[in-house]
Amino acid sequence: MSCDTPVRVEDKLYYNRYLVDVGYPHVKVRPHTTPSPQLLALLKVCPARCYELNDNGQVEIAVDGCIECGTCRVIAEPTGDIQWSHPRGGYGVLFKFG
Amino acid sequence: MIEERFDAIVVGAGMAGNAAALTMAKRGMKVLQLERGEYPGSKNVQGAILYADMMEELVPGFREEAPLERHLIEQRFWMMDDRSHVGMHYRSEDFNEERPNRYTIIRAQFDKWLSSKVREAGAIVLCETTVTELAQDDNKRIIGVRTDRRDGQIHADVVVLAEGVNGLLGTRAGLRARPTPDNVALAVKEMHFLPRETIEARFNLQGDEGVVIEAAGTISRGMTGMGFIYANKECISLGIGCLVADFQRTGQTPYGLLEQFKRHPSVAPLIAGSEVKEYAAHLIPEGGYKSIPQLYGEGWVVVGDAAQLNNAIHREGSNLALTSGRIAAEAIGLLKSRGASMSATNLSIYKKMLDESFVIKDLKKYKDMPPLMHTHSQNFFLTYPQLISKAMQNFVRVDGTPKVEKERASLKSFVKARSWSGLVGDAWRFARAWR
Repeated sequence: MSCDTPVRVEDKLYYNRYLVDVGYPHVKVRPHTTPSPQLLALLKVCPARCYELNDNGQVEIAVDGCIECGTCRVIAEPTGDIQWSHPRGGYGVLFKFG
Repeated sequence: MIEERFDAIVVGAGMAGNAAALTMAKRGMKVLQLERGEYPGSKNVQGAILYADMMEELVPGFREEAPLERHLIEQRFWMMDDRSHVGMHYRSEDFNEERPNRYTIIRAQFDKWLSSKVREAGAIVLCETTVTELAQDDNKRIIGVRTDRRDGQIHADVVVLAEGVNGLLGTRAGLRARPTPDNVALAVKEMHFLPRETIEARFNLQGDEGVVIEAAGTISRGMTGMGFIYANKECISLGIGCLVADFQRTGQTPYGLLEQFKRHPSVAPLIAGSEVKEYAAHLIPEGGYKSIPQLYGEGWVVVGDAAQLNNAIHREGSNLALTSGRIAAEAIGLLKSRGASMSATNLSIYKKMLDESFVIKDLKKYKDMPPLMHTHSQNFFLTYPQLISKAMQNFVRVDGTPKVEKERASLKSFVKARSWSGLVGDAWRFARAWR
């Protein structure tokens, strides 16, 4: 079995139900020029692949597909790389099965 | 501001929060429960297995009305390498009993039902409300909460923090530390739908009989982790989880692991042709006894995942959540009935009661297991599964090699991989941690 089989995470997120809080992202990345090792780790560990590198090599987040696991908080909140909170009441992922 | 004052505010409507709110409401206390999801259960993720005895204590006769999936008659443990699994299966007709011991459940549905019992008991359940902060007085006593609703400060004698593994409030208020990458696991899960008869045929089940498979081995690529496959009525919950620190160290992706697990030759036929309807992820407290934070203070208690209460060996997260929620509520009820204040000194009774329960006794028993599994993950999750698979194949394949030579070859492969002292040391460490 190969470790590098491409997986389309966006296809997985498509199954889920969300109520997106437009204009109020619940997780924010601190502006930076060079990403820390913690931020870089998020590119791979985030199960919804919310974190991406932009053309300037900085880590950006798009929270729309976030499944609110808290992994990024555990890794990158202590270093101040991200600001993490819950979405406002009623918003975010809405699990049908959980 | 909601002018009303409550006896207790419960933050969160998962297992722990629902158990706490229900227990206090049943005692006639004035309870407000706050939940950030659209409905109770919409933010909750679990495999999921429900242990009936503790639920029976909370809601007598729950089997009659709760949305249950299948009662478990079989448990399979699989030790996997890339092409095989060595299994230990336990199946017993004894589990086809009148009041079965374990069920698979679907959390969003179950939690919605349990919440209806909380409301029936008289608690006010307010959904779509995120608690943003704990309200404290000048003496650092917790006197209530602030929410993201307008004028959202609400007061209560005690706040029950059932806020889950990500428990932000407790961390923000300095009541406990944030979980660390080496004491939480990240699990990802998919719900695979198939016709009922297909599931029953593939898993050798009749009627509402159920089976769960817990799998470990090379599927976690040397990280500390487990895969699971739980049979529900018309779907299969399938997932895999590993320590966050291991993901961080290895750069493996959780969805990559999940896909590999699904494609494993032992797994693929079970889910062939299924329709996936949800993809979820969740953190699981894995630190065990040594990672339990301060459980009570001036005007507050913490229960469930927020208190890191999870028995990773026996897969009892929600069970400990449920039980700790109930015990905390009983402790609070006791104080209330005595007219005692919700001071830290008085609330310490919660910890005493929890210490005397199976919750802490079990976690204490396995206190050395998490560090062992976490530091020896290469051996326990990669080397041994591969060796055992080879030894099994060597044992069952008949090819004219004398059996004495086969046995010698198997033994040699173990010694070569781990050395005699390594083998003895691993056995010793494992036995000691299990004791």
